[in-house]
Amino acid sequence: MRSFKLVFRADRCKGCELCRNACPKGVIGMAPQVNAKGYHPACAVNQEACIGCQSCALMCPDGVITIYQLEEGDQ
Amino acid sequence: MKPIFEYTKGMTDMPTHYCPGCTHGIAHRLIMEVLDEMGALGKTIGVAPIGCSVMAHQYMNVDMCEAAHGRAPAVASGIRRVHPDKIVFTYQGDGDLASIGTGEIVHAAVRGEKFTTFFINNGIYGMTGGQMAPTTLIGQKSTTSQDGRSKELNGMPIKMSEMLASIDGAVYVERVALDSPAHIRQAKKAIRKAFEIQKKGLGFTLIEFLSTCPTNWGMTPVKALDWVRNNVMPYYPIGVIKEPKEAEEA
Repeated sequence: MRSFKLVFRADRCKGCELCRNACPKGVIGMAPQVNAKGYHPACAVNQEACIGCQSCALMCPDGVITIYQLEEGDQ
Repeated sequence: MKPIFEYTKGMTDMPTHYCPGCTHGIAHRLIMEVLDEMGALGKTIGVAPIGCSVMAHQYMNVDMCEAAHGRAPAVASGIRRVHPDKIVFTYQGDGDLASIGTGEIVHAAVRGEKFTTFFINNGIYGMTGGQMAPTTLIGQKSTTSQDGRSKELNGMPIKMSEMLASIDGAVYVERVALDSPAHIRQAKKAIRKAFEIQKKGLGFTLIEFLSTCPTNWGMTPVKALDWVRNNVMPYYPIGVIKEPKEAEEA
């Protein structure tokens, strides 16, 4: 089964939660700590459940999310 | 580990000044992704409007020009005529395009100017503090319609896309929404199609984006998307309003 890694640029995030709302698998949550802008940035709370549908990245207005597909040998 | 989604290099790395959850960021990214995929980032000239997106030239990684309020179609007409080999677009909000700039956009369409207009319709004046726009829905509250817009006092909201589609010079008009991943994928296809038609030189092209303004609507970004689905899309139905026969054949 293919697995994916979400990378968030927390410094850009404005905590709008559109990505969390779009995710069909509940992968994304909001971090308890705030970033430099004072928002609770999005983060992956359930990385293993990611199916790589890219819905979160499509909805993100601020270019926070990069999605990688893991290949054999990747940690 | 290979990336399957990266922030497009069509956007500069500068964080935008837009409010949290503003769909301007999505519209910017889609347009720039399409230009990047077409390999046209160095062959494109954009015209930024007045409104929240007045700083669009800071974020879009193409050559851009700023126009006076509502006059982006006039500026783009000139640019496209002088540079017929370039892709030219304007990016305008509803206050800019549907109110002060109505004359410019109508006559650009009448002349069949060969540029593309991206019309961001969120039904409110964002930058100036949430005043009623020509596209504000009946009953929608704003700082200048505190009991909601009334038909008797203010008339019905203007459907710019339908109006412009009735003009012969406009060859491709489509309304898209930015409320869900599925609609965002559709929007990207519409942008691509508009640029392809522009490259063929068939005439004026317009894409209307149904967008949100969580701050001035007084909603969370997620609720604002629901409001687009439940209230805005019934009045402004999404889909192709007009398309050229040539594009259907191609």
